[in-house]
Order: sequence, then structure tokens, then C-alpha cells
Amino acid sequence: MSEAIFTADSTPMLALGYRFQWEPAQNCNVLLYPEGMVKLNGAAGEILKRISENKQTVAELISELKVAFDGADLDDDVYQFLEEAYNNDWIRAE
Amino acid sequence: MTGSEQNKQAPGSIGSSIGNVRDQIRQPLWLLAELTYACPLQCPYCSNPMDFAKIKSELSTEEWLDVFRQARAMGATQLGLSGGEPLTRPDLVELISEARKMGFYTNLITSGIGMNADKVAEFKEAGLDHIQVSFQASTEDLNNLIAGTDAFKHKIEMAKAVKANGYPMVLCFVTHRQNIEQMEDILDLAVSLEADYVELATTQYYGWAMHNRDQLLPLKEQLVKAEAIAHRYQEEQKGNMKVYYVVPDYYEDRPKACMNGWGNVFLTVTPDGTALPCHAARELPGMSLPNVRDLSVNEIWNGSDDFNKFRGFDWMTEPCRSCDEKEKDFGGCRCQAFMLTGDPANTDPVCSKSPQRHLIDEALDRGRAESEKSVIDQKPLVFRNPKNSKLISGL
Repeated sequence: MSEAIFTADSTPMLALGYRFQWEPAQNCNVLLYPEGMVKLNGAAGEILKRISENKQTVAELISELKVAFDGADLDDDVYQFLEEAYNNDWIRAE
Repeated sequence: MTGSEQNKQAPGSIGSSIGNVRDQIRQPLWLLAELTYACPLQCPYCSNPMDFAKIKSELSTEEWLDVFRQARAMGATQLGLSGGEPLTRPDLVELISEARKMGFYTNLITSGIGMNADKVAEFKEAGLDHIQVSFQASTEDLNNLIAGTDAFKHKIEMAKAVKANGYPMVLCFVTHRQNIEQMEDILDLAVSLEADYVELATTQYYGWAMHNRDQLLPLKEQLVKAEAIAHRYQEEQKGNMKVYYVVPDYYEDRPKACMNGWGNVFLTVTPDGTALPCHAARELPGMSLPNVRDLSVNEIWNGSDDFNKFRGFDWMTEPCRSCDEKEKDFGGCRCQAFMLTGDPANTDPVCSKSPQRHLIDEALDRGRAESEKSVIDQKPLVFRNPKNSKLISGL
């Protein structure tokens, strides 16, 4: 396993040129980037929405999600998603 | 067009994602707005139609905005602003600004000629999402020769201004026999400009490029070298600069999934309002060429003969019809099938299963034969300009 890109203190940001928005025609959240689009499932949409709206640390992001989703234990899922999103060049770490 | 469209057959990334793709609904996702055929460059590999000089009446600002609104309402998310050179449209900032407000991801596909640092800042302010600057080659002399103008220094300046305004720098080089041996210089230039993405597009043989095919087709040994260099830079620049390298389809044994399928995601509107399933389709026989001035985008997309002609798989002939790869490549490119075999419903002759694959191999042989002639015996490149357009189309 390679070293983790994201820790509790790091700030995930959308990668340069990426835009998050709700797409009525697709009835889902999407990420738009040069000449492409990714349709997001519910969980991915919730995380990326928050990343695109507020500059915050992973710890803050997780606590916000916990409030929104009744204290669910979602730490591992969030970290896993962030790594995956990073590997897809959707987000960067600050 | 500025060359960078050369590689847009597959707006492929649309719909891809990690385990969360929903069912694909058939609707336009990509609107390519060819705002104008006016262009200060004269690239001989341009895929604009050769008779572009016939087109007189460009859509007005209001007409374009109406097209944008309609396509957006149907679900289009990507808007390509292209041409010709889109910077020659005086209303470009307004078009960008309105399109962005509608929710489009706006892509400006430009040679950079006619742009300056203030304009880039103005585009940023208007909400432009992405600028792609096309280059013709890596050195000034060759770049200017291929573009038919003294453009190179200016392009470098513009590429820098794009970056300074917080855009990812996306450079596009259209490669062919005359510049492909400069692959290393091209990539070094991109590294020194701190480009984020480099698209090493390959010339697609439509329009002017088809006319100049014997002089533009790269040789096998050139490709092998270029590919090795591209792969080396892909490795070396990992994390800094992304290098996209595409093998020319003439050297493949399966055709490209042209447009991701006819009338599937891609809608082109030409300067005079003609709606096309791809930017080369005007040249196909029997097209009704519906115009956004007469019909709604919805009527054209869903109801026109042109957009339904090659949808799905029923139109296919053998070997495509019974081929288990037809859902992967849709039988390749209809325009290429027509230009080379005379029937747009034939298998794209690039495919090794096509009984007409020999047409591609013969074209490659003709290219090689041309390259072996002495310089004075070689056919001159025909540059894309209004004078040549009028000559060739008998105006």
C-alpha cells in the first residue's frame, strides 16, 4: 500500500479545470472538466459538493457528513473515496 | 478549424466514472459550435469543408444563444467554441458569458491568434472554463510554414497568459509526416511552458487534410519513434504533465468509435446553422442538412433523417452487422467509409475485417512513395484559404 495522500489535516480541493454541478437532465450530480463529464452516485456527490463549496480539512468534511447522515461511521469510506478521486485527477490535496 | 478538434471524435470521458455510471440516455451531451469559418491560419490539415468560401451567412449572436439554450435544455453539458478561429467573432465574450450562465462547461478551441492577455482575463471574467491552444509544430520555422503565417511567438505568449489566468494549460499538436519527427522538441516545449495537458493529436483525413493526404500521412518508422518518445514523456512527466498520444487510425486494425456512435452524444452546428452528427458529415451523400434556422434542435436531433440515418445497428452491412465488436466501435467512421469506399454504410476500411482494407494500405503506400520523391517532384501542400477554397469548389 502506498502512502496516503489525505490525512485529517489536509484540504481536498477540486483539481484545476474541474467543476461540480447538479444536472437536471441526468438527475444526478456531475463533475465537468475539459471535454468530459463524470456522473456521480449519491455518496460521491455529497462529498464533492462539500469540497467544491467550502475549503475545509478532511476532518471537518467528515464531521459535517456525520451531522448530515445521522452520525454514520463513514471515515474509511471518505478516505477511500478521496484516494480514488485523487487517482482519477478529480481532486488535489493542499 | 483550429486543429484541436481533430481529436474530438470520442468525447469519450463522458459517462465514465468509478462504479457510478448510470444508464446512458440518448441525448446530445456535446455541442460543438463552429462559430465561423473565418481563420487567420491556413493549415493544410484542416477538416473544414473545402468549399467553406461558399458559406456567407453566419448565425447571429441571438441565433447562437437560442441554439445553446435548446441544446442545454436537452441535457448538453459540454460546449465547444470552435471554427475557423472563434476569436474572429466580435461577440465571443457575450457567447461565453451567456453559455456559462446556462450551465455549460465552456471550451474555447483556438489557435491563439487574435488573443491577448487582456482578452484571456476577459474570458475568465465571463466564466470560460477551458482554453485549448493548438500548435502546428515545435519550431518557429515549421510552425509558421504549416500555419501559413507568422504565428508562433504569439502562441507561446498566449499559452503563458492562459496559465497566468489560472487555467490548466492544454496544448494540442496535430501531428503528420512533416512534423512528427519533432515529437521530442514538441514535448520539450510543452515541458518548458509548464503545460498541464498535451494532446498529440493525429491528423484526421477529412476536408483539406484528405486533399493533402499523400503529403501528410506519417510513415510507419516515424510513428514507432514518435510513440516511444511520447511514452517516455508520459513516464517522466507523471504528476506534472499529462500526455495523450493517439495512434493514427490508418495504422490501427480496428476503426475509431467515431463520435461515440452516430447521433449518440455529439451535435455540431456549423457557422450557417447546419446541424450535423459530426463536423465532416456535410460531405456525405443524401444528407438533408437540417438548419437550426428552420427547425428546433429537438426536432433535428430526434426526428431528422440525418441524425437517424446511422443510429443503432440496423443500417450496418457485413462484416459489421454480425461482428461482436460493433457495439465497441459502431463500425468506425461513416465519412471515412464513404470517402474511401463510396458507401457510407460500409465498414470503415481501417478495420482489418473490411474487404476494403487494401484502400488504406494503398493510401499508406502512396504516402511513402510521395515521401521518397525528390523535393521538387513532391506535390505541394494545398493550404486552407478562401482563394484555394474558391478554386477547388469552382466558385
